[in-house]
Amino acid sequence: MSSTTDSSVVLHEPTEDQPTGEVVLRLEDLVVEFPAGAGEIVHAVSGINLEVRRGETLGLVGESGCGKSTTGRAIMQLPRPTGGAVHFDGRDLASLSAEEVRKLRPKLQMIFQDPISSLNPRRRIPDIVGDPLVVWGRGAEKATIVPEVLRAVGLDLDQVADRRPHQFSGGQCQRVSIARALVLEPEVLICDEPVSALDVSVQAQILNLLEDMKARYGLTLVFIAHDLGVVRNISDRVAVMYLGRICELGPTEALFDAPVHPYTRLLVSSIPSMEGAQRGELGTGEMPSPVSPPSGCRFRTRCPLATERCAAAVPEMREVAPGRVTACHHPILDTPASAVAGDSTTNGTAPAPADS
Amino acid sequence: MRPTMPRAEKAPTTATAPTGKHARREGYEDGALLTVDDVHVRFHTRNGVVHAVEGVSLSLSEGEVLAVVGESGSGKTVFTRRVMGLIAGSRDTEVSGTVTFDGSTLTELDAKGLSAVWGKEIALVLQDPMTSLNPVKRIGAQITETLILHQKLSKQDANARAVELLRSVGLSEPERRVRQYPHELSGGMRQRVTIAIALSCSPRLLLADEPTTALDVTVQAQILDLLGDLQSRLGMAMLLVTHDLRVVRSRSDRIAVMYAGRIVETAPTKDLFDAPRMPYTEALMNAVPPITGPNHVRLAVIPGRPPDLLAPPTGCRFSPRCPYAQDRCLTEEPPLRDAAALPGGAAVDHSYRCWYPVGTPENAQARRVNAERGETAAGTPVTGEMVPA
Repeated sequence: MSSTTDSSVVLHEPTEDQPTGEVVLRLEDLVVEFPAGAGEIVHAVSGINLEVRRGETLGLVGESGCGKSTTGRAIMQLPRPTGGAVHFDGRDLASLSAEEVRKLRPKLQMIFQDPISSLNPRRRIPDIVGDPLVVWGRGAEKATIVPEVLRAVGLDLDQVADRRPHQFSGGQCQRVSIARALVLEPEVLICDEPVSALDVSVQAQILNLLEDMKARYGLTLVFIAHDLGVVRNISDRVAVMYLGRICELGPTEALFDAPVHPYTRLLVSSIPSMEGAQRGELGTGEMPSPVSPPSGCRFRTRCPLATERCAAAVPEMREVAPGRVTACHHPILDTPASAVAGDSTTNGTAPAPADS
Repeated sequence: MRPTMPRAEKAPTTATAPTGKHARREGYEDGALLTVDDVHVRFHTRNGVVHAVEGVSLSLSEGEVLAVVGESGSGKTVFTRRVMGLIAGSRDTEVSGTVTFDGSTLTELDAKGLSAVWGKEIALVLQDPMTSLNPVKRIGAQITETLILHQKLSKQDANARAVELLRSVGLSEPERRVRQYPHELSGGMRQRVTIAIALSCSPRLLLADEPTTALDVTVQAQILDLLGDLQSRLGMAMLLVTHDLRVVRSRSDRIAVMYAGRIVETAPTKDLFDAPRMPYTEALMNAVPPITGPNHVRLAVIPGRPPDLLAPPTGCRFSPRCPYAQDRCLTEEPPLRDAAALPGGAAVDHSYRCWYPVGTPENAQARRVNAERGETAAGTPVTGEMVPA
């Protein structure tokens, strides 16, 4: 069973510092399921609604197994989602033929976690970067575009000309991946854990580069990562995922400074901090298996605020405070530091609309 | 709130007598539980000699938590394995230096002597709980193995103790867990099992090599809290090896920063964060995205990448990436020096390896020189991104 949250969610208006561009990418009730053998099903993504506006960076965070990478791949139609729609530039990718999707791909590019294995080890760097141009019949432009893109990502054509991926470090290979993704001048770049395989000292270079490329090429970024510090720094808005669903969506600073969903609060308080962490008891345990997710709210098995209602009804995404959207029956609406409730629901000032 | 870990009060010059088995001993030269002296590890490979660990010396008192921080290739894991005795000299592995644990020299022990220490006196928790457990043995059997060997417990007593240990590391339903196989447990649960195994004989020293790197952030916090609680409750000393400075900020007494096989700075945790002297430490701190304040912050970058240990740079090993590098840095390797003599330096065990330490007039001068010529002595262009404002 793939229970679905209500899809008629009105997402809040962008805050002042965000580009008020139109929606480039809209996920409607996106569902991705995989067979797990023995008739069981992995509920990887269970009904996600999300809008990405032109020019913004949307961060997608969550722990491993929460479905964030699956969501990124479903946007690319790799593989096609089980249900729901992915609207890109006003067209539903899921309803298009394979060839039509292929024709849209130049505008929708992706970079991956492991920079070395995502490059063909047998080919030379300029060929890897220039290939998309050849595929789209623009091979003649390689000589001008490739050096320019390489320079933009901080590589020198002379320095990479005859070399193959294994001759480069992880950071340099990630630069090559970024160059390959940018060579067709996409509108949307999906970054799936682009820096998690890199050393801290190299990570900063790539993050700064992504910000530069975003400005230079006018990109819209979907930034998928588990490192909250990284996501916090690069994103305009953040969506927090847990076990195939979005539990909170909001402007980055507000979401990190005063999380309204108990899971977001747990995540944020788990970040090891340079300032020295001070944590309370906010929840224990680990994410259950996506093969048999809990009924109702999927976080309830770890949530200190859970009540019977959380087991009975799937919480809908709703606006609980100006600009704050969350799927929780008992959102945390008071000041962040106070009220770490034990088993009571003192925070549960949920304005009623009971769902089925 | 979790109980806060007791911190060693640093009284660097006066060594007080130890009281009781797990009393903290001050002044870490004598009375140290673990002393590592001038350890070198070199691997002879087809491509040349890898200088993995170069002259590392440090010591650890009873009950102290020392964090070893470094990026991949800094030699921190090889160093930990050498301390444990898991890397020995062979045809293609060259080792030197001594490791002394509680008066006995580990580096002179043979396999039999080491196995009497392993698990009993010194235990190891590894990064990947998926591969450090035996997949075809039940959890219970993997815990009782050490108990039967070292504590000479009967099988029955060992089983009861295994359940108790699993409960103490916060695993639910311990009676059921002992009958399960590793694949039936999640990553965090498996890491709790490896910690239970490590603690089964109440070791006096725990080596934890990236114990949470393979885990999710919420689980990571749980495991680190658990290690901290157990460490302070049992009075164990702990060597916590990690690549993440943030992880050790509130969880260590002292930090040693490794770079390219060497310790480049070591100081009590607070002093290291308050006043890093080695430019690498400073750069590492600035390269981490902040979790407070505004977003879209331009991160300070460290240009280039960690050096190739087949051919480490001459002089200071950080010089090709350092914003302050001068001619001297390229030719002469700086020794580890005491920071007490520096302006603002306190009389704590703080040493660093740099000719132009951060926070000194020499450093300000070097920064000015490099800014004027637009590049460091190593030829690295100086950009606004390299040096924090």
